[in-house]
Amino acid sequence: MFRRNGSQCVATFAIDEVRVLRKVAGEVVGLLTDGMDHTDPVVSRLFPDIYPDRPDDSEEFRLYTEGDLKTGKIDQAGAILAALPDEGEGEVRLDGEAAEAWLRAINDARLAMGTRLDIQADTDLSAELDDAVLHDPGSSRVFQLSVYAYLGYLQESLLNALPEIE
Amino acid sequence: MGGMALPQVAPVESPEIEEAPADDRPWVTIVWDDPVNLMSYVTWVFQKLFGYSKEKAEALMLDVHTKGRAVVSSGARERMEMDANQLHGYGLWATVDRD
Repeated sequence: MFRRNGSQCVATFAIDEVRVLRKVAGEVVGLLTDGMDHTDPVVSRLFPDIYPDRPDDSEEFRLYTEGDLKTGKIDQAGAILAALPDEGEGEVRLDGEAAEAWLRAINDARLAMGTRLDIQADTDLSAELDDAVLHDPGSSRVFQLSVYAYLGYLQESLLNALPEIE
Repeated sequence: MGGMALPQVAPVESPEIEEAPADDRPWVTIVWDDPVNLMSYVTWVFQKLFGYSKEKAEALMLDVHTKGRAVVSSGARERMEMDANQLHGYGLWATVDRD
């Protein structure tokens, strides 16, 4: 989890955390680069229609803006990959700009996972996780729910470690 | 004169005049509630992007959370499209509409 150190946000990650972060950031990059499928609910959530009642206007706007938006999202996921230690555990130190990229990228990863996991406003994450563990402790759902919860705590810790906005 | 039909009087209001006030309505950027974004993150985005005070940003975030949506900025259409596009960059669910 992140803490403030001078003007930087600092975290020490165990080897499993580094692997998980590398994996989720890589998955976001993959989702955005492999010719996006706009019928995929994750893509719809990351690139919402700007005019829900006017598909033609939304489409025209998308034509002019989606490329840059996509590049921005790939770059911010890349900021996670760039800051992580190359191998094994290690410390990550983020200046203001890198911290912002991490916040945005963690959020994209949470949106993608939350959509896949069908997280709703009334979802009780720990109850979901308990159910999933009872059903099959080794399942992919247990792993996905755990990572989703972890990313939420990590994002919150980074928000708390940021300097106050003037 | 008595036997002649009176000339048809054109209606005073033309459709253009009727519609003119509608064009003056400002456009708005709306942020919708979603079950994933953290409340603290949404507040931070409003501060960062719009330069709102923490109090104003928190009040807006709570509006989104409790009412399901909130108007976060208003003005010219192009400006609202830019705001919504930037909000999408932060992962917020934003749309543009007439006030």
